[in-house]
Amino acid sequence: MTEPVPASPAPIEALRDKGPDKPPRSKWKDVWSQFRKHKGAMVGAFFLLFITLGVLLGPYLWTLDPQALDIRAKDMRPIYTALWNSTAKVSWAHPLGSDQLGRDNLSQLIAGGRASMAVGWAAMILSLVIGAGIGVLAGYFKKLDGPLMRLTDLFLSLPILPLLLVAVTLFRQPLRASFGPEGGMFILIVTVVGITSWMPTARIVRGDVLALKEREFVLAARSIGTKPFQIIKRHLLPNVLSPIMVSATLGLATAIITESALSFLGVGFPSDFPTWGKMLADAVARMEDFPERVILPGIAISLTVLGVNYLGDGLRDALDPRIRGR
Amino acid sequence: MLTYAIRRLVLSIPTLLFISFVIFMLLQLAPGDPMAQVPLTVPPEVKQKMREALGVGEPALVQYWKWLVQVFWIEPKVFIDWLTRDSWLLGWLPDTHLYNGQLRVISWQTRSPVMDIVLQRIPQTLWVVGLSYVVGVLIALPIGIYSAYRQYSVFDQAGTFITMVGFSIPPFFTGPLLIVIFSVYLGWFPSIYDTTHVVHDWASFKVQLMQMIMPVMVLAFQTTAQLSRYMRASMLDNLNQDYVRTARAKGLSEAVVVMVHVLRNSMIPVITVIALGVPAIFGGAIITENVFKVNGIGQLLITALFANDLPMVMTLTFIFAVLIVVFNLIADILYGLLDPRIRYD
Amino acid sequence: MKMKTLLLGAAASFALAPAAAMAERGSDGHVNIIYWQAPSIMTPYLSSGTKDIEASSLVLEPLGRYTETGALVPFLAEEIPTVENGGVAEDLKSITWKLKSGLLWSDGSPVTSADVKFTADYCMNPEGGCAQLAKFDHIASIDTPDDLTVVVNFDEAMPNPYGPFMGGQSPILQKAQFENCVGAAASTCTEANFNPIGTGPFKVDEFKPNDVISLSANPNYRDPAKPAFATATLKGGGDAESAARAVLQTGEFDYAWNLQLAPDVLASMAEGGQGTPVSAFGTLVERLEMNMTDPSPNLPEGERSTVAHPHPILSDFKVRKALSMAIDRNLLTEIGYGQAGRATCNLVPAPELYASADNTECLTQDLDGAKALLEEAGWTDSDGDGIREKDGMKLSLLYQSSTNAVRQDFQALIKDWWRQIGVETELRNVDASVFFGGDPGSPDTFQKFYADIEMYANNFDGTDPQSYLQMYRCGNEPKPSSQWQGENINRFCNEEYDALLDELAKTGELSKRGEIAKKLNDIITKETMTIVPLVDRGRVSAHSNTLGGVILNTWDSELWNAADWFRVKG
Repeated sequence: MTEPVPASPAPIEALRDKGPDKPPRSKWKDVWSQFRKHKGAMVGAFFLLFITLGVLLGPYLWTLDPQALDIRAKDMRPIYTALWNSTAKVSWAHPLGSDQLGRDNLSQLIAGGRASMAVGWAAMILSLVIGAGIGVLAGYFKKLDGPLMRLTDLFLSLPILPLLLVAVTLFRQPLRASFGPEGGMFILIVTVVGITSWMPTARIVRGDVLALKEREFVLAARSIGTKPFQIIKRHLLPNVLSPIMVSATLGLATAIITESALSFLGVGFPSDFPTWGKMLADAVARMEDFPERVILPGIAISLTVLGVNYLGDGLRDALDPRIRGR
Repeated sequence: MLTYAIRRLVLSIPTLLFISFVIFMLLQLAPGDPMAQVPLTVPPEVKQKMREALGVGEPALVQYWKWLVQVFWIEPKVFIDWLTRDSWLLGWLPDTHLYNGQLRVISWQTRSPVMDIVLQRIPQTLWVVGLSYVVGVLIALPIGIYSAYRQYSVFDQAGTFITMVGFSIPPFFTGPLLIVIFSVYLGWFPSIYDTTHVVHDWASFKVQLMQMIMPVMVLAFQTTAQLSRYMRASMLDNLNQDYVRTARAKGLSEAVVVMVHVLRNSMIPVITVIALGVPAIFGGAIITENVFKVNGIGQLLITALFANDLPMVMTLTFIFAVLIVVFNLIADILYGLLDPRIRYD
Repeated sequence: MKMKTLLLGAAASFALAPAAAMAERGSDGHVNIIYWQAPSIMTPYLSSGTKDIEASSLVLEPLGRYTETGALVPFLAEEIPTVENGGVAEDLKSITWKLKSGLLWSDGSPVTSADVKFTADYCMNPEGGCAQLAKFDHIASIDTPDDLTVVVNFDEAMPNPYGPFMGGQSPILQKAQFENCVGAAASTCTEANFNPIGTGPFKVDEFKPNDVISLSANPNYRDPAKPAFATATLKGGGDAESAARAVLQTGEFDYAWNLQLAPDVLASMAEGGQGTPVSAFGTLVERLEMNMTDPSPNLPEGERSTVAHPHPILSDFKVRKALSMAIDRNLLTEIGYGQAGRATCNLVPAPELYASADNTECLTQDLDGAKALLEEAGWTDSDGDGIREKDGMKLSLLYQSSTNAVRQDFQALIKDWWRQIGVETELRNVDASVFFGGDPGSPDTFQKFYADIEMYANNFDGTDPQSYLQMYRCGNEPKPSSQWQGENINRFCNEEYDALLDELAKTGELSKRGEIAKKLNDIITKETMTIVPLVDRGRVSAHSNTLGGVILNTWDSELWNAADWFRVKG
């Protein structure tokens, strides 16, 4: 009736190993090796590293003060314009030219990069943390959904300009007193940009979480008694990573541009403190005669954003176990 | 789902009242003076009299109450009167004559009813901002889908590059750039939008098209860049899921797999972003409207803000808040339709 | 190149002037005007800015206007009343205006003295919130002995009786139209406020607030041959740069108002060849105002920037003088305003009668002199960081202004010069709607002056500087008790100045008035350096090469002579 069972079955070839051939690899090592293979991610990382190093070390290599005026050397063209226009006003003292008051474009670009990168990253991270946090909480905990989403509606409908002016009225003086004019302004700008731009991220993350939490793997995790915060950490957050990455990329660009709009309202850095956004905005009126003044900061912003975008792509791919190892 | 929708709608009334109160208090708190644009040659005593005539000095709560009455009681009366008198829909009904000269929401800048100006601005806002949004969505979705489907192809790379560069360059630069190229050097399109232009035949439609094309381009570019990124990312998440393999294994055609199964599951974040953008259409595109002088709702809001025209700002922001609440509700309902597993009850 | 265009333009308008004179009304088609600030209302009495006054001047007219030289010219009046022709009483307490006969409103009804009297009643109504109330100061009564005569009686001697009904700010309204709009009812009259019936060259066809005004020629305009244009559009919105572009580069518009752009930007646009920038000078002076009181945030709220605490640094005349000496006004003018600016040391730069011509010492920059002066005042750089100190306090100043590209360039330049004489400067710029707004709750208004130095521009209406100089009277400063309203921005207090002001108010003779005004100007500028004038700012506007008859006027509305505009043919 039953087949005779061999006393000791011949081991299947694949199961013959006594132990793993290779030492076990940690998850993060896997992620790293996947990340390294991602061409776009490496290019993006390289760009970002280059720009970050450039703005950090630049002032030591190119020591011209970005705020120093040299009215005799105003409106210089970048050195490369000499290639096609021999009469252009160029000088090696200002390799990327100078602006209408004779401030050096290269050192402004470097100093502006410091401010823009700092503001961009800080504001972006702040808005991501708030947005993703509120989104996950609202999506996962039904009780919190209503209040948190109504809060999001409220923030979405607040007019930004009066909000800024109120923030300045209330907080500029105390912040200036404790952190100095530039440090205080930095905190104010980052906070303002952060708290006015987290709402889309929150809604997107919530939408995804609403769908994810009904999936089988979350049910399985819950059925074995996993605590809600463990579920969020291990199962939900990795799965909403891709919209978060997109928000991060777009958020960085928005933060850099928004900073320049703020300084128009007197909410930004002092007017002689260069940032990429401000350089771009100031140069628009003269873009026909001095295209480099819009193109250079424009390229700098675009490269940074592109770098973050590719980096985000690579990170997402590397963190996705379904893609990893294929 | 229906009970959920009804419950949310009922709940949205106190929400909106609360939001309007917060906005009102914020505007009260914000520094600003409706007399800021009055020339300095006008002496302060005269300015003080002008402020009093506008009712600036009254206590905030009194002002808020007046505004509430005007918006929720008097304006609807005016609207019903208009419906039964002039509209083609209900014009056959006898004129209701509900409104009899009470003070409506009056703008401080123009001393005229805010609602009339808002209605005046809607056509150009819809033509330009609304159309650009539709165009943007229509371009963004296919780009997003195809870039994800052929990830890291030349199309994807080029798309990524263009959209990201496009997004990092602000409209205050692209707008004047387009004007310099297309209006100054080529002379193809007008640089100033004519809001008095009326479309009545083919020739005037062409004129309208010409004056719309640049602002629509600038705005659609931004929308496209943003939406296509979300679409692509979301598609990528889903393309590697097990159900896709199952669908393919069942022998479904590639088109059905991608356009039905994957797309439907990828729409949740995209729907969120689209729903967030629709109220923004009403809010107008402040910078672009200003650059091309479209003078829609965005320009109305920004001039009101700079002139500290509180009734105007308050009313516009409130309409904006209503739209946000409504469209977020619509998005929530769409989630449920797209993914029946999502349950709110 | 620019000179040539100007000459060509002049030649063209000269050659065509006779042709224009023979033209008939409406023969030149359509004219497009762009104002980058959009008009909100069509009457200056409820307006909140210059833009409205200018737009309404196409429709509404006063009895007399100022010409481009500041002279008075009759519009609805037969002639300008003076003491010589008997129009102004010997005791300066009344003025008699005679209307031209046969004047019609655009609806065909006759203009009478009742309309003139009504206009004054309309503005003087205590509940109306009239923006031009100051024009009607000291009016005791207005009599209308007949349909064409108006007698304005003042309650004191008015050396300058041309306040009411003179200039773009106080045009005549039609009584029949505005009768029910007096006082609190003013804002319910939307139709009248948007479509006022006037006597001007145009009438309103459609008014879209803050957007665009469509106008057509007034069929009842008093000169049957004018205006040359049958229709006009006044578009609003955008910014100065795009308005300039629309006239100078694309040629879509014929006239652009008030193009506050850096001179190199404007010059490069003018190369577009479609139009010509025009400039004219008035009384607008860009200046630095020194805070004579201490704005330190360490003081309790309510005592900052009040006379209770004199400024620890700027109370010293030598410091103020040194700060002024370090500035190269000619360079500032060249960079910020070009043709449309003149370096000046005067608060009252025009008209000639009142301008202190020999106050020119500040025009030459003297960095070494400034340094020496600071040394003399006891400010020395003892720790070698490039910034001077005295009694342990650094010579460090907060310098604020409104947001505006040219102002920020000025701030950067001035900061650089001050750095060279050992003064540390922190810059701040505030949005104009907050800076010039009088919100007592905001720390950033120019009245509150929570900074050491601020920069803005101001001017006076018409040609008489009396009320302008009176702003700096002791006690007129913004302070908490007056809700921070007040015009003596520097908190300046000088007995000699106040005594001279009293004398000016009593003096009627013009040459004597000029003398006193000059003395007042000198006290507040070179003698005390309380106000440090930088640039006498002209107005720049632009018109297309095919628009003739434009005469830029800074004393009245820019559109004051729109009736004479015509299309240059060929």
